[in-house]
Amino acid sequence: MRRLTLIAVPYLWLLALFLVPFLIVVKISLSDTALAIPPYTPELDLREGWAGVKEFLAGLDFENFEFLASDDLYWRAYLSSLQIAAISTFLTLLVGYPIAYGMAKAPEHWRPTLLLLVILPFWTSFLIRVYSWMGILATEGYLNQLLISIGIIGEPLTILNTNVAVYIGIVYTYLPFMILPIYSSLERLDGSLLEAAEDLGCSRFSAFWLVTFPLSKAGVIAGSFLVFIPALGEFVIPSLLGGSKTLMIGKVLWEEFFNNRDWPVASAVAVILLLLLIVPIILFQRNEQKQREAEG
Amino acid sequence: MGEKVFAPWTDPNETPLIQFKNVTKRFGEFTAIDNQTFDIYEREFFALLGPSGCGKTTMMRMLAGFEAPSEGTILLGGQDIAPIPPNKRAVNMMFQSYALFPHLSIWENIAFGLKRDGLPKEQIAARVEEMLKLTRLEKFARRKPHQCSGGQRQRVALARSLAKAPKLLLLDEPLGALDAKLRQDTQFELMDIQEKTGTTFVIVTHDQEEAMTVASRVAVMDHGKIIQADTPARIYEMPGSVYVADFIGDVNIIEGRATPAGDGYDIAFAEGEPALHAKSDKKLQAGSTAYLAIRPEKVRISTERPDDLPNVVRGKILDIAYLGNLSTYHVRLPNGQIIKSQTANTRRLSNRPFTWEDEVWLGWTDTAAVLLEG
Repeated sequence: MRRLTLIAVPYLWLLALFLVPFLIVVKISLSDTALAIPPYTPELDLREGWAGVKEFLAGLDFENFEFLASDDLYWRAYLSSLQIAAISTFLTLLVGYPIAYGMAKAPEHWRPTLLLLVILPFWTSFLIRVYSWMGILATEGYLNQLLISIGIIGEPLTILNTNVAVYIGIVYTYLPFMILPIYSSLERLDGSLLEAAEDLGCSRFSAFWLVTFPLSKAGVIAGSFLVFIPALGEFVIPSLLGGSKTLMIGKVLWEEFFNNRDWPVASAVAVILLLLLIVPIILFQRNEQKQREAEG
Repeated sequence: MGEKVFAPWTDPNETPLIQFKNVTKRFGEFTAIDNQTFDIYEREFFALLGPSGCGKTTMMRMLAGFEAPSEGTILLGGQDIAPIPPNKRAVNMMFQSYALFPHLSIWENIAFGLKRDGLPKEQIAARVEEMLKLTRLEKFARRKPHQCSGGQRQRVALARSLAKAPKLLLLDEPLGALDAKLRQDTQFELMDIQEKTGTTFVIVTHDQEEAMTVASRVAVMDHGKIIQADTPARIYEMPGSVYVADFIGDVNIIEGRATPAGDGYDIAFAEGEPALHAKSDKKLQAGSTAYLAIRPEKVRISTERPDDLPNVVRGKILDIAYLGNLSTYHVRLPNGQIIKSQTANTRRLSNRPFTWEDEVWLGWTDTAAVLLEG
């Protein structure tokens, strides 16, 4: 009984704070726009009893989803989001793996400090940090000033308001989510495994590819999902650092909602985004599960 | 009869497989290995035995190539191995933790070293099958290490390190993680495999019983030095120092003053006690301090004074340690010295002629004790 209560609490919490709002979003996505408050119709009127429910259900349709399918703007936004999320996940991995590796190889008394440094950026507002990147990447920004002053470039580079700036922003923001799981899998690695690999004829380099990397795979996968999933729906970074050509679904969603005030279409966009995300989330869960089994 | 005893270390014409020549290893200020020179011969099962921190693991890691000697040279088959990295040495190691690759199956673990040599596939498969058969692991080839028991993992580690047919196999506390019963069986299995493959084994252990069981020679180490290296029987029966006598097995150490008498020495060890006689061909100065090391099982305990033994002392039973097959009696002499005597319990316990607080006689022959210099 106590066990049941213990499990029930988080489930009820999730039900109230996740499932119920999501169902409301689904419901709105099936509605039509209206010049009203709230700006959609129909609304469920329980005072009219069963007839009211019937009338309400009759008012729902898949029109918005059909619209999304017909307008290629949305498909291109989804695809471009997937592409940007995938590329930036890969870049984050390229940057994060060596950092995690260096941390795991560092003397033990250094590790808590290094770990603290990795999560230190979280102590400042995410928005402020993205704004400061605008200052760095702008045409007149610090980066261009630095590069020009040491004579590497003659003309300032246009980085801000391009996809490059978006990649930089995503890599910067989500780097700790990549480093931490990889670090934790590398830190657990038994040093005698590498000695064994060397003893059996591996060079240092091949020992890394044959032993270290496969054994940190779970960390790499976990880190990649932790970056990919939020990056796919990212809104702040593309809208602040990206340009008019940066097409990301998070931005489209925001515009539908606030600029067009088309809640039903915006909800439909959100529902499809969630369906897209369910695939990587399920894969992520299965990886975690497999990892636990392997350790058990 | 007629079968030649395996003892290459007694044959001056035999060339050793491994030669340590004035090897010293320091870690900063700490001297782990102190100027050691010794040989290990082909097909030997050589045990490095000592308490933790005595330098035995450092010795092994230098052979494997994970540490380089600070001074001196190590020769393997006459060749200095200092410049050869671990992955190029014809030496393989079985790690204390086994260090099995958790992401690879048993089969792939054993094949790991062979694949690095770039052997053809069929040859690798044949060799792996051979190793699986040798270690009786055929049924587990597809399993991952975490799906195997401790004993099976130990055998996988052995199979993997033997797969490349090394000239020398190093075993770092190979049986440390196994329970007592399994350890005993595995000791014999290890000896069997060593004999079958003809590989030279060097084993590091802190378990003297294990070293005595498996090894052809045991090197007792302390503080970075080999105190004595000899066959298990000679180490036990003829320890060269009080340290070795004390470290290996149970022993009574009696300190006294030596005076030459007959074919040995008389040792006066206490006021009012007759001197003890021990045969010895050692040359000791008259009146110098000497130690007698007597194994408890060589001390006979009786209620009547034994007439046939040259060394007889009387005391009171202080304690009895009953081990089932054996009993050890702790007997206190009038001067306070405690002598242990061990007898086999060939009769029922109820028939035991003496018990706590009984006055008893202890006696031993003049060859039972080993005379050691102070």
